[in-house]
Amino acid sequence: MTELLAVKGVTKAYPGVVANSDVSFSISEGEVHALLGENGAGKSTLVKMIYGLVRPDSGSMTLRGQAYRPGKPAEARRLGVAMVFQHFSLFEALDVAENVALGMENPPPLRELSARIRAVSEEYGLPLDPTRMVGDLSAGERQRVEIIRCLLQDPKLLIMDEPTSVLTPQEVEILFKTLRQLSAEGTAILYISHKLEEIRALCDEATILRRGKVVATCTPRDRTAREMAELMVGAAFTPPERRAGEKGAVALGVSGLSVDSPIPFGTSLKDVSFTVAKGEVLGIAGVAGNGQDELLLALSGELKVAADRVRIDGQPMGDQGPVARRKVGLVAAPEDRYGHAAAPDMSLIENAFLTAGVRKGLTNRWGFINWAKTRAFAEEVIAEYDVRTPGPGVAARALSGGNLQKFLMGRELNQAPSVIVINQPTWGVDAAAAAQIRQAILDRAASGAAVVVISQDLDELLEVSDSFAALNGGRLSKPRTVEGLTMDEIGLMMGGAHGMEVAHHAE
Amino acid sequence: MDFGGIDPVILIATLIASAVPILLAALGETVVERSGVLNLGVEGMMIVGALGGFVIAVQTGSPFLGFVGGAVTGAALSLIFAALTQVFLANQVATGLALTLFGLGASSLGGQGYNGIKPPATGQFFPDALADLPVIGPIVFGHDWVVYFGVAMVALLWWVLKSTRVGLIIRAVGESHEAAHALGYKVNRVRLGCIVFGGAMAGMGGAYVSLIRVPQWVDGITNGVGWIALAIVVFASWKPWRVLIGAWLFGGITVLQLNLQAAGSSIPVEYLSMAPYLITIIVLVVMSAGRKGKSGSNAPACLGQNFHASR
Amino acid sequence: MLRLEKRPTPSQFWLYATPVVAVLLTMIVGGMLFAAMGKDPFAVIRTIFWDPLFGGMSGYLRGQLIVKAGPLILIAIGLALGFRAGIWNIGAEGQYIMGAISGAAVGLYFHSMEGFWIFPLMVLAGALGGWAWGMIPALLKTKFNTNEILVSLMLVYVAESILAMAATGFLRDPDGMGFPGSKNFRNYPSAHNADLIAGSGLHWGGLAALIGAMIVAAILLWHVLGFQIRLAGQAPRAARFHGVNPSKLVVLCMGISGGLAGLAGVFEVTGPAAQITINFNVGYGFTAIIVAFLGRLNPIGIVLAGFLMALTYVGGEMASTQLGLPTAAVQVFQGMLLFFLLAVDVLTNYRVRVGSGAVKVGG
Repeated sequence: MTELLAVKGVTKAYPGVVANSDVSFSISEGEVHALLGENGAGKSTLVKMIYGLVRPDSGSMTLRGQAYRPGKPAEARRLGVAMVFQHFSLFEALDVAENVALGMENPPPLRELSARIRAVSEEYGLPLDPTRMVGDLSAGERQRVEIIRCLLQDPKLLIMDEPTSVLTPQEVEILFKTLRQLSAEGTAILYISHKLEEIRALCDEATILRRGKVVATCTPRDRTAREMAELMVGAAFTPPERRAGEKGAVALGVSGLSVDSPIPFGTSLKDVSFTVAKGEVLGIAGVAGNGQDELLLALSGELKVAADRVRIDGQPMGDQGPVARRKVGLVAAPEDRYGHAAAPDMSLIENAFLTAGVRKGLTNRWGFINWAKTRAFAEEVIAEYDVRTPGPGVAARALSGGNLQKFLMGRELNQAPSVIVINQPTWGVDAAAAAQIRQAILDRAASGAAVVVISQDLDELLEVSDSFAALNGGRLSKPRTVEGLTMDEIGLMMGGAHGMEVAHHAE
Repeated sequence: MDFGGIDPVILIATLIASAVPILLAALGETVVERSGVLNLGVEGMMIVGALGGFVIAVQTGSPFLGFVGGAVTGAALSLIFAALTQVFLANQVATGLALTLFGLGASSLGGQGYNGIKPPATGQFFPDALADLPVIGPIVFGHDWVVYFGVAMVALLWWVLKSTRVGLIIRAVGESHEAAHALGYKVNRVRLGCIVFGGAMAGMGGAYVSLIRVPQWVDGITNGVGWIALAIVVFASWKPWRVLIGAWLFGGITVLQLNLQAAGSSIPVEYLSMAPYLITIIVLVVMSAGRKGKSGSNAPACLGQNFHASR
Repeated sequence: MLRLEKRPTPSQFWLYATPVVAVLLTMIVGGMLFAAMGKDPFAVIRTIFWDPLFGGMSGYLRGQLIVKAGPLILIAIGLALGFRAGIWNIGAEGQYIMGAISGAAVGLYFHSMEGFWIFPLMVLAGALGGWAWGMIPALLKTKFNTNEILVSLMLVYVAESILAMAATGFLRDPDGMGFPGSKNFRNYPSAHNADLIAGSGLHWGGLAALIGAMIVAAILLWHVLGFQIRLAGQAPRAARFHGVNPSKLVVLCMGISGGLAGLAGVFEVTGPAAQITINFNVGYGFTAIIVAFLGRLNPIGIVLAGFLMALTYVGGEMASTQLGLPTAAVQVFQGMLLFFLLAVDVLTNYRVRVGSGAVKVGG
């Protein structure tokens, strides 16, 4: 196969860190090439350079033998390089055709564009109605919009950044069929991921990055997942320790919870029921947009419902707000670190007060805050959870994602809660911090707390959970024990392929 | 056919004319807000445009150049707002208020010496033959060119926002400036363009007050009409045709209450002068109350938030 | 190429330096404006900023500073609480007027009587009047999600109409020979808000301003409510997560700022203005907005900013009589001051850089 893209000795440094150091690899036409590495390994920076968002400090790239130095994404697109980002650039209040038009340089008039969208989407097994509002689409369907946007520009190289984090297992299969079809037609695919089984299933070659350097290239089919994981992380891979704890009485009971979503374009919850006992970890799976945020809001108390829909230690608390729930022992950790779980411009001390005020007794009878005590609590959390920061007075926004997440988890876990609800405990967090967080969760469960973990990461859930359920379209599947659960069963619980058609194309 | 001494044909004709300043300013602000920017400085830009237009018209003797001058002055003032919010990332509410206060002071200062002077007159656009027709004459044909310009702008902006690429980009920037930036659109530049357009329209609306409505220069001549324009943008759900209706509605109420005052109505003067503002409040309440629920308000999602590319 | 890069932590230096730099820049540009108007810029600046404090008539003028600064500070500290929470009360002028009318009405009702209880009752009425006027936009916002900026502003015009009705109608002095305006409070010792120290300009309003500033400062720094206000303005979703009831906050902030504005109104109308007239209100409610921002929404800063604004008013009047400078020039000056403050403020949270970005702490 002829070489399409060659990256030679590319280096990129920022003040304080070398993002990519002397990286070289090549992709042939029609090849599906994986780019593997942990968070912070340098995948994003490398790919931004290929797509023209960032310029390399040194090194060179060639595309079909010609020197390739795109100054901006439009240039890259013109030369046949397209990219589907992990975080979509979509406009919820505009329809599919308008969204696609905005992603193109010289879009044809809307009517013609709509026809082309229908045609291309059908051909590649990802059907789309151009008149639907993007806000009404599921995450998988939104990804289709992004992909169609790329396909309409006839790319020779398609870069995909963590595409399956928003897909159910069945949707992943459909995506893979599409990618294989593209590959057979001669389009090369650069597939960024840290999901080893998928890479083994889909990709021809893999380049593994660690700390900005290429540490290995391999043929995924010839390796085991464990071998590739060790190459990625650079150490022997140890799963976290599960201490068998006693399961106690039911600490959290949710029955028949149905509530409208307060979020624009959100998903309402429908008849959600489950119980969690002391010492038990319930894992709730589901791709984004199926009601996770709403479930957290209903449990944390930001979204009020009828009193007996949510019972904490037997007490009906559904109509109570966050403060009352903290008093009886329920703490929550929302997904969004910058703006929901924490105020980014406030210091760690103030952010500690944000939720710990109630359970750690940080105010006096008249409502005055004891800042000294709050500071002590913040320092305790920083020390115990290995949060790297110059001090507690630093603004939350100054911390890296992983460190802030450790602080926020520690803030909740150290309040000696009886019920803990966490939404996406380790997204965007590097492997070491993620392992620490998962261990901390398990430790708390072992000491008697009831834990609910909502996550898009199935591997994580299977690692930490005792029971398992899936959120799909606002409905929760019946929780069952994790022992003996198969991927197929999980996939079905997560809603199969959400109305996506099985891939087909004109032959 | 009269009631209480007020002729409805003249009433309607006058309300169309009196709605023009609000219409122009509100149309400009609609575009600005669609791009995600809340500019509370409309009153400041209008009054500065009123002065600028007046001065140019008096100095050159051409009312048309006066309108151009009004637009240019309003646009120039809006550049301060654009610089502060797009470059210096200042809070949009505070900056808009500062713009209004500054504009009021600047126009008062600059207007010293122009008090009481009459500007060159602007005539009727259509010939008398059409304007003298019964009923439709005064209502449809009896106006100056700015009235027709205003209606034409409504149609133009409706078409641009709905069907052109420029309009699509403006809407996209107002919905999600992060996504727009990721796609390569220059968010701050788009907003700058919209702000300047809004300034020009507001300035022109102000010039209409000093050149045609009153017509002369008086300190504080706009008398809060810029704030009404802001309310009308909300009332219209950021849609150009609804802005027209809102402007006519408010124009109608204002004219009606003035006529009632002049006709010696038994309602006390102060209640009449309060009426337009109270009715605006009621309209705002009705519009916001009707919009609760899942899809929230129809406002552009990024309205009022500043954007800074943090690459 | 110059670009702005967000600082990891706000710069303490610029937090305090911004107003100073803004004032200096305004003086420079303002000076150029005065020169363009044919006045000697140094003479103007000296007349406005120096003379009232240290010049010939400063004995009297310093008192005037306190008279003008008092209401500005009182209103601004209430506004600052709301602004910090993202609640924009633009109608303080209307709340000021309604407070004055309420307080004056009570005082005039009891005008034939004497007693130490009359004045406190009037003050209470004034605060309630302003509070009630502020409740209208608050309730409309919490029940119907109506924009409080527009409602509170519309109510200013309504309040002005009511004031006209009061001055010419229900509060008009029956012995005033048909002229509009109420009885003059100077004639009623129980109702008169006289200087606490004769000739100093410090009346109850000024005292209330200083005490109010200290109370609000304590709340913002050490009380849960202050924390919630700051949080709501910076990160509304985090505020809900914390457990703030957004409706409660709106009602509280609008209520406090309305009440304080009403207080300022009743103190003013029973003190320096001395009677209800059609235009006794001189725009304090709007200038207080500038004072709030100039003081960086911090009560201590507001006290300083209030005096600075008062200086521009008093000095501006001097410049008008002595140097023929139109009073509108002072309004332009005030607007410029706010512009420069807003512009320079960017340096608190961003630094100017040449080149590429920095890395976050902790890696």
